Amino acid sequence: MSLGSIELGKHPAAVLRPLQFRSVVIDLPLLVILLAISAYGFIVLYSALEENSALLLRQGIRLAIAFGAFLVIAQIPPRVLRRWTPWVFCLGMVLLALVEIRGDIGKGAQRWLDLGVVRFQPSEIMKLAVPMMVAWFMHERTLPPRFSQLFVLLAIVFTPALMVARQPDLGTALLIVAAGGITILLAGVSFRLIVAAGVLAVGSAPLLWNYMHDYQRARVMTFLNPETDPLGAGYNIIQSKIALGSGGLFGKGWLNGTQAHLEFLPERSTDFVFAVMGEEFGLLGLLLLLGLYLALIGRGLFIALQAQETYTRLLAGALSLTFFFYVFVNAGMVSGLLPIVGVPLPFISAGGTSMVTLMAGFGMLVAIQGNKKLLAP
Amino acid sequence: MSAAVPLKDHWKEQRLFFTRIVAAVVVMVALTGVLIYRLVQLQIVDYQTFADLSQGNRLRIEPLPPTRGLVYDRNGKILAENLPAWELVLIPEQISDLDASLDSLVELGLVDVEDRPALLDLVRSHRRFEHVVLGTLSEETAARFAVRRHQHPGIDIREGLVRHYPYGASAAHAIGYVASISTADLELIERSEYAATSHIGKTGVERGFEFELHGNAGYRQQVVNAQGRVLLDPASRSDQVDSTTFGGGLETLWPAPGQNLVTSLDMELQLAAEAALGEFRGAVVAIDPRNGDVLALVSTPAFDPNRFTTGLSQQDFRELNNDPDNPLFNRALAGTYPPGSVVKPFLGLAALFYASIEPNGRSMCPGFFMLPGNSHRYRDWRPQGHGLVDMHDAIVQSCDVYYYNLAVELGIDKIEQFLKSFGFGAQTGIGISGERRGVVPSREWKRRNFSRREDQVWFPGETVITGIGQGFTLVTPIQLAHATAVLANRGVGYRPRLVIATENGTTAERVDLEPVGIEPLDIDDSQWQYIHDAMAGVTGEPRGSGFNTMNDAPYSVAGKTGTAQVFSIAQEEKYDAENVSERLRDHGLFIAFAPIESPTIAVAVVVENGGGGASAAAPVARTLLDVYFMGTEYVTREH
Repeated sequence: MSLGSIELGKHPAAVLRPLQFRSVVIDLPLLVILLAISAYGFIVLYSALEENSALLLRQGIRLAIAFGAFLVIAQIPPRVLRRWTPWVFCLGMVLLALVEIRGDIGKGAQRWLDLGVVRFQPSEIMKLAVPMMVAWFMHERTLPPRFSQLFVLLAIVFTPALMVARQPDLGTALLIVAAGGITILLAGVSFRLIVAAGVLAVGSAPLLWNYMHDYQRARVMTFLNPETDPLGAGYNIIQSKIALGSGGLFGKGWLNGTQAHLEFLPERSTDFVFAVMGEEFGLLGLLLLLGLYLALIGRGLFIALQAQETYTRLLAGALSLTFFFYVFVNAGMVSGLLPIVGVPLPFISAGGTSMVTLMAGFGMLVAIQGNKKLLAP
Repeated sequence: MSAAVPLKDHWKEQRLFFTRIVAAVVVMVALTGVLIYRLVQLQIVDYQTFADLSQGNRLRIEPLPPTRGLVYDRNGKILAENLPAWELVLIPEQISDLDASLDSLVELGLVDVEDRPALLDLVRSHRRFEHVVLGTLSEETAARFAVRRHQHPGIDIREGLVRHYPYGASAAHAIGYVASISTADLELIERSEYAATSHIGKTGVERGFEFELHGNAGYRQQVVNAQGRVLLDPASRSDQVDSTTFGGGLETLWPAPGQNLVTSLDMELQLAAEAALGEFRGAVVAIDPRNGDVLALVSTPAFDPNRFTTGLSQQDFRELNNDPDNPLFNRALAGTYPPGSVVKPFLGLAALFYASIEPNGRSMCPGFFMLPGNSHRYRDWRPQGHGLVDMHDAIVQSCDVYYYNLAVELGIDKIEQFLKSFGFGAQTGIGISGERRGVVPSREWKRRNFSRREDQVWFPGETVITGIGQGFTLVTPIQLAHATAVLANRGVGYRPRLVIATENGTTAERVDLEPVGIEPLDIDDSQWQYIHDAMAGVTGEPRGSGFNTMNDAPYSVAGKTGTAQVFSIAQEEKYDAENVSERLRDHGLFIAFAPIESPTIAVAVVVENGGGGASAAAPVARTLLDVYFMGTEYVTREH
């Protein structure tokens, strides 16, 4: 809710741009799919939150704010967005630095910035600002990026990512790197370089290990062998696998998930809500969700392919593919494919900021789609 | 990478972007495939495994203990019952540091420091979710713990039933006691039946009839959450979860209480016999010859079985175990004594049966007996001898010389065979553990039990002393009482029994148990009569060894005294009770049955180191018979 209000404060002028022909810019397919996913998510949360009406109301408000952000941002012409990109990025960097200096501590990590009225995570801005900045940088230049330009791009991605990782928030840092990295890949970096980067990443793993916090190392170790510590670090993943597996094809039925309702499954309304869904609605319920997600991503990629300039094309593609990354990392973590990283399930997990960020991103997609004819070369 | 192009080539860039999107879609589809494959594996392939795990997560089976059966005496007096009490329980799965938890209990004074190792073993022998009963708490200590309960996670107090024996030490050896299940017990029992039971019968009827008394355990399924808190318990009304949500198919099997046992004991007799024995160590067994009912089974000193049920400390147990009087030892069943002269009626009957001797033929008793060709003198208890005696006189006066001769005439083989037919040398099969066989010596027995070749031979002199119940012969009080019962009933015997009926714990339906007969002895009635008359003479004739104690009894009684040497006296030496240490004094024995014509009670009394049978043992039998025939009031009036 917080990020939304920041963005809102900045954009009334944009909405009133004379270039706007239609009164409201909207993409119907995107809106329908987003509403479907949100509704589905709300149903699952109703169960995961133990029918707690106060918590459900808060989630409803967050959803409303996120949709508000989605609609507002959809009205900002991509040209304006592009022009503001460096400033948004710089603002994000300043806020990250502020967190570094004087941030609130929540759950043992320094992520939050208290602005008096609202508390929010500046790292969320970076999830959007980094791909925007990469797209902005390449917009003025020729694709694919030259080798020297690549260093600038990497700096754009890794400077904020490292700052976020230091908070420490490995999950968000990972998402920032993913968003920026995907944008760079879309910009046309040669596959040889990608392979080289991959080799470098594997090579730097031991370095990364030294840099990690104990709990992060524990998560990796747990991922490699969850059964070693069934009551400690491995507990989450064991219980979430039991929840998923015991759901079977059709699930135990709505509100009947024993793993979730008898408190065996931790983080059931946030990071592990995918397991609640799998337990209560079974494989079919999960496939429905994945289908909706893929439809959303497909529409996003369609918009990206139709986009007419480098900035919008790169941004639309990056936002869509990053979204897939979110889904895969969360589902992979819950089902035991990937280590446990604090990545919420998009539009389903309870919690405000990441949903607002995601909706804002889809708002940009709508804007890109809605304004393309007007901006034809 | 191609050389730099100054102008943007939109078509080329679009194509480049398109190929990248295609590549991304390929990767995306592949990853989605991996994810779906994983989900199919979890939710379809391994579904059953995870479904079971999830079920195991939420359901806990809480075992329910059956209520132990009550024990009554033959007149319905309660000998063992269950009283509500506070139990200190430990739940292993909720304990992180067992040592520290036990230490804290020791500090609170709830657990004796010496019991720590045993409790540690006990806890470790249980499964993690089983409640382990550490002991029973008094009202006060339970209250003391209750206020500190929150400081001791995994330790709790709960209401339970504790076994109580209203008569305390009385009949303790017959009833036995229950105590904490030991690791050794665990190997003998069906563990699932005892999952909720903390105590098990250790001795006496409590152990011998453990199966009947215990009943069948039940269980109930409970829904628990991740913290192990019970959310849904079909047995309680305070459900925190709507029973339709997760409660489907919860099973409850109520435990079946154990059977109540009606014992053959008559507590009035039992108490009278115990009182009559007083401070002496000894045993009394009274049997109804008509059915084998054990009316009294006394072993002194005894112990208070209630101390075991509330958790006997190591120190207390050591004290009991190291007591020189050995109160835990069941003398009535496991004490083996030389029978002394009480064996004489049986050997007399043997001589009649085998026609080895003419009963009315008188022989001279000079006060000693010598084997032909041997100068060793086997002395009579009466140095001056009994003069001319026949078998009747020899029993009445307990003439040793007559029996030395009789034994030699019979020979050890017939003695062995005959004594064994009365149950000596074998367990009577009373049905409670710890019974000893005793010894009926024979050539074969010597061969087996002696290691040196020269000791393995049977010597004629050994036959001589067997005639007066000395030498190798050892009998238990229960054997003596049983043999006396068979003698009283003229060869028709029954296996001694302590339980005469069972009562269904729920319906109170009583089932009387049939007495178990043993093979009757085929002996001529006149021969029985001869021995009965002689035993009547023991109590009724002025020269009878039991005359002083028994002659004024208001009922007809037949008996026989016996005095068993604990240590042997050298030739020409005189036994002087005053100069012999208490532990080496003679054992006094007495057997009796009454009324003579149709006996309803047979008694055997052994008084350890009590001196003579007539002076130490016969009065105990007299008191017992008085109470049996005349009632307690008569006895208190007369004495």
